[in-house]
Amino acid sequence: MNDYILDFELPLKKIEEQIDELKKTSYRTGIDVASSIEALEKELLLKKKDIYGTLTRWQKLQLARHPARPYSSDYIRLIVDSWYELHGDRKFSDDSAIICGIGKINSNSVAIIAQEKGRGTKEKLKRNFGMTRPEGYRKALRVMKLAEKFNIPILTLIDTPGAYPGIGAEERGQAEAIARNIFEMSSLKVPIISIVIGEGASGGALAIGVCDKLFCMENTWFSVISPEGCASILFRDPAESKKAADAMKVSSEDLLDMGIADLLIKEPLGGANNNYKDAAKSLKIAFLSALDELSELNSETLIYNRIAKYDKMGHWLDCNE
Amino acid sequence: MPDWFRRNTKNIQTYSKRDTKEGMWHSCPSCRAVIYQTVLKDNFFVCHECSFHFRITSDAYINLLIDNNDYQEFSKNIVSSNPLNFTIPKDYSSQIQETINKTNKNSAITTVKGKINNIEVILGVMDFSFIGGSMGSVVGEKISRAIIKAEEENLPLIIITSSGGARMQEGAYSLMQLAKTSSKLARFSEKGGLYIVLLTDPTTGGISASIGMLGDIILAEPNALICFAGPRVIKQTIGQDLPKGFQTSEFLLKKGFIDNIVERKKIKETITSLIKVLKKR
Ligand SMILES: [Zn+2]
Repeated sequence: MNDYILDFELPLKKIEEQIDELKKTSYRTGIDVASSIEALEKELLLKKKDIYGTLTRWQKLQLARHPARPYSSDYIRLIVDSWYELHGDRKFSDDSAIICGIGKINSNSVAIIAQEKGRGTKEKLKRNFGMTRPEGYRKALRVMKLAEKFNIPILTLIDTPGAYPGIGAEERGQAEAIARNIFEMSSLKVPIISIVIGEGASGGALAIGVCDKLFCMENTWFSVISPEGCASILFRDPAESKKAADAMKVSSEDLLDMGIADLLIKEPLGGANNNYKDAAKSLKIAFLSALDELSELNSETLIYNRIAKYDKMGHWLDCNE
Repeated sequence: MPDWFRRNTKNIQTYSKRDTKEGMWHSCPSCRAVIYQTVLKDNFFVCHECSFHFRITSDAYINLLIDNNDYQEFSKNIVSSNPLNFTIPKDYSSQIQETINKTNKNSAITTVKGKINNIEVILGVMDFSFIGGSMGSVVGEKISRAIIKAEEENLPLIIITSSGGARMQEGAYSLMQLAKTSSKLARFSEKGGLYIVLLTDPTTGGISASIGMLGDIILAEPNALICFAGPRVIKQTIGQDLPKGFQTSEFLLKKGFIDNIVERKKIKETITSLIKVLKKR
């Protein structure tokens, strides 16, 4: 467990404390407590399965935002055999809220485009809390075009509370940068696999998320606006965020049900924050198997299927015509 | 995709409308001039004193552009189905029904085929009065069909936007409409299709971040609010007032994001001449 405890995890912390206490007592007194500890550990496991098996949307969202959750830089480190980061959009600057680079994963060349939130105050500021600016999206597009030129598949990792809403970002065309990426990504000639690893908020996420396969890590959310944003606009009360999360159906499972996500990647018990290695391993397996499947297709089919995939999204009633 | 429901005092102003025995009159929200409805109508709903462009309906734009107002509307009967069963704080299905009754429109966009100065075009016009012109599955599908029609019939595509962004009541489905429409535009563009977009007040969020910024030619009406993040959200984030004229058409022109600003009375001739040059008629 981490130091950062969510309210619904408190019962687990209690049992863990009991176990610790027993261990200490045993150390001090020499009394054998092995059987008691075993019983408590069994209870702990059951309780964990119970709690994490029945998470509400809001609880999942809390895990998606967990400060100890693996970020893009962690996943990249754990899945690549070689890696070289590429910087800058060649137009204005280098946006650290998004990491772009090329490397090898199991002997496959790949380009990775990944939103990075940053851990710790200094890193968070550097990464702008994962809120991408236009130059970040333009850097991403530049590297994706590079990948296309050399026929290299693209992996994007989505983790953003939203595109940055600032004066400079607007001045430099946030809307244009997002629109351009969505437009260009829809007809890139190489496979694109996008994985939501934490938060996927609105156009700021979709700007690196137009893809052949969309996967969601288990404890993530992805929607048109954050539940807080929806609550403050529709409910006129940010405190109603839980209700907004439910109303908008923002969880990874919802995305799967809606036919928007293609796969939900299981996380280690208790969430990816408990075991980076296993989380990264699952992500890597999912990516490689999708890559296998997509590599069979020529670029025309790939693009045709991609456009057709988005064509099917949405529901409406057609009263005649 | 923020803040369209709140009126921004700088850009979106309410104005008074009153009936007197001389006829209906309006007061200009910008200069307070009192203008009779008939005068306003003759001037394309633009204030004769200060050129303030009043918001107008999709019907008014269609009438303004299409020769003799003679057109065929298509995809008219597609309506929202409440795919997420969104019921709080307001039941989305009833909201749709109420809006249909109030606006006499089935959705936030009207798509037609007609002629502009004798040139056949596909035209889509959004209505801000229909739930803030927001884009959900229906708007996405109608835009999508309009693009396909333009592609199949090899006609120029013109879209007039006014929208607060994506429709929250359809969650991620709404977000996906950005990809659905933009990917169709990519294919249309690849095949040499001409797409002209006219941005009107307001064009924000998911519409500016998709079809709004993807025209071969991007035009805007004067003083329209055009942005990704709305002024209120930015103000909240940075905690200071925004510069004067920020996120207006004039601002975007200066920053290099639109081709030009067009007064309402010149929209038709401008679009006509652009098509004539680009499609070599
Ligand atoms: Zn005036």
